[in-house]
Amino acid sequence: MARSHDVPHAERQLRRRRRVWSYLVLTGLAVFFLFPLVFMFVSSLKPDGQILSDTRSWRAFLPAGHISLDNYKGVFARVPVGRFLFNSILVTVLIVGLGLVVNSMAGFALSRLRWKGRSLVLSLVIATLIVPFETIAVPMVYWVAHLPTLLFQDGSLVYDIGWLDSYKVQIIPFVANGFSVFLFAQYFSTIPTSLDEAARIDGAGWFTIYRRIIVPLSGPAFATVAILTFLPAWNQYLWPSMVVQDEKLRPVMVGMQYFFQDTTAWGEVMAYASMITIPVLVVFLAFQRAFVSSVAASGVKG
Amino acid sequence: MWTHSAGNPGELAVYKKIIADFNASQNKYQVVQQNFPQGSYNDAITSAAAAHKLPCLMDMDGPIMPNWAWAGYLQPLNLPSSLTDSLAPTTVGRYKDKIYSAGYWDAAMAIFARKSVLTQAGVRIPTVDQPWTLDEFNEANAKLKASGYNTPLDLGAADKGEWWSYAYSPMLQSTGGDLIDRTTTKSADGKLNGPDAVSFFTWFQQVFKKGWANNNGPVGNQNFIDNKVALSYTGVWNAQDALDKVGSDLLILPPVDFGHGAKIGGGSWQWGISTACGKQQSEGARAYLEYSFQDKYLTDFADSQVVIPSTATAAAASKYFGPNGSLHEFAVLSQKFALARPATPGYPVVSTTFEKAAKDIMNGADVKSTLDTAVRAIDSDISSNNNYGS
Repeated sequence: MARSHDVPHAERQLRRRRRVWSYLVLTGLAVFFLFPLVFMFVSSLKPDGQILSDTRSWRAFLPAGHISLDNYKGVFARVPVGRFLFNSILVTVLIVGLGLVVNSMAGFALSRLRWKGRSLVLSLVIATLIVPFETIAVPMVYWVAHLPTLLFQDGSLVYDIGWLDSYKVQIIPFVANGFSVFLFAQYFSTIPTSLDEAARIDGAGWFTIYRRIIVPLSGPAFATVAILTFLPAWNQYLWPSMVVQDEKLRPVMVGMQYFFQDTTAWGEVMAYASMITIPVLVVFLAFQRAFVSSVAASGVKG
Repeated sequence: MWTHSAGNPGELAVYKKIIADFNASQNKYQVVQQNFPQGSYNDAITSAAAAHKLPCLMDMDGPIMPNWAWAGYLQPLNLPSSLTDSLAPTTVGRYKDKIYSAGYWDAAMAIFARKSVLTQAGVRIPTVDQPWTLDEFNEANAKLKASGYNTPLDLGAADKGEWWSYAYSPMLQSTGGDLIDRTTTKSADGKLNGPDAVSFFTWFQQVFKKGWANNNGPVGNQNFIDNKVALSYTGVWNAQDALDKVGSDLLILPPVDFGHGAKIGGGSWQWGISTACGKQQSEGARAYLEYSFQDKYLTDFADSQVVIPSTATAAAASKYFGPNGSLHEFAVLSQKFALARPATPGYPVVSTTFEKAAKDIMNGADVKSTLDTAVRAIDSDISSNNNYGS
């Protein structure tokens, strides 16, 4: 009797011990991954000299010493933060929004429609994933510099050449995305085709099937693509550095370079980094569940 | 006009004033300014050149000028010789006997020290006329380490990029080597891997092995300010802060004479006119540059940025670099020891190769074979570019 009572008790204790250990490990990992963020926010409140002096001790992670908002004032004196944030939000929202429409339609055509050369086109779309952007950046600059455009000047439409120095040059090249097309095509192919056939019997065209059946059933795919598109769009640096000359059109990441002169204003760097990280954190916290499942679903790191 | 000055309110204020004055002084030309952050500036220029959208006027870091002139981005400056002759030689960019760029200012490097520390350790205080010899410098480091400094010397080895050739190639030249054979600019063989270069880099490696210096950082002069190092090899850009923090105990010392005279790097940001600029616009660009090189603007610029004005008269009027200025020593160092980096279009490759080799040696790589590899990389780049037309 005593033995039969002891075994569950021992198991319970073992389970409890395991849980305590796993919480300890998870807490340790959480603290470890939070360190950079804590360092960034805390350092944004310290003068440069103190940031550098504190780096060799735990004080680097504590709001100790001379604490002020001077770095934030310095950021506003040096960089048009509001304008840069507006530009980044506009560019990111449009890349994500247009990307969801364009790439899902392409994915739909590649997974649901039957047409000659479909497999070849899908292979070519996937093949674009192995080409690093840096290798095609300069040819792309040449290309966009010679594209035709229409401008509003003095109340009338004017034909011109060149997309440089505009919002569209920051948005349109990144709307179509091979990885997004692939993800959509993969996800759509898991939806039974009998739904299409039933809809077609009821007289629906392909666009109606896409809009009324496929899109409503593909929430996770749209969430995944939105999240995976959001981060690179927000973090764009090289491309805008090359194609945007007007300060009024620059995104936030280019602004980071404003602080690296002959000497680096580390406090202001941290203050600026904190300011431009907040929108990303807000998006992450708002879509935390979708973010985690999107990473798990796509098998990639964001 | 494009500048690399975004994020630098001091520089921008001076430019704003010069441009406003110039635009108001005549009604033929209108200068409009566009500012880029320094870190992405060269990318912006390269891509604008690819798209044939270069501005008329642009500033550039001195050593990159030959590459841009060779690539066809720049046209000869054609400013009056009375103007270019008045500028310090390192602030005038020459390539193939033509002037392509000219700058308002130059920077200079020195060794920062505390008088009290050197005196207490029994180290001779060097002068411009009698800098430390290599033996004296080694002895000073040994004494300072023995006096309690864990790493007595901050060479700035935590930094990266062009800093490495700017800071350390003058030491190599002072030993008798160089980045490249400057007479032909076709090869680095014998200069970057010759006996003098091997001797210099063996010393360089020993500095880190013996624990006199490390590459832990931080970048800048903070370790000196905090008195964690006794000697700091750094530039004029850190001088005012050091003066404020260390006060009258601060010594601004000349560079070490490694055997062929003390040397420091010269040549900083300069102005050029692009080939994309039409004939009339080029005249406007020249008119602007000529106007902007007035001493009052050079002094304003120098005092705003704490850099050395490019003319002697502007330097004399500077609150920092004039005869009674607190940083006058830097003007003397610049005048006496500054050397430009080699005027070759291959400089970007020379510089990155030098950095890699020096870092490998610092981390313990075999000196001679590392330098041989570097020479092969540089020579290969030069030959694959048809000797850059030289």
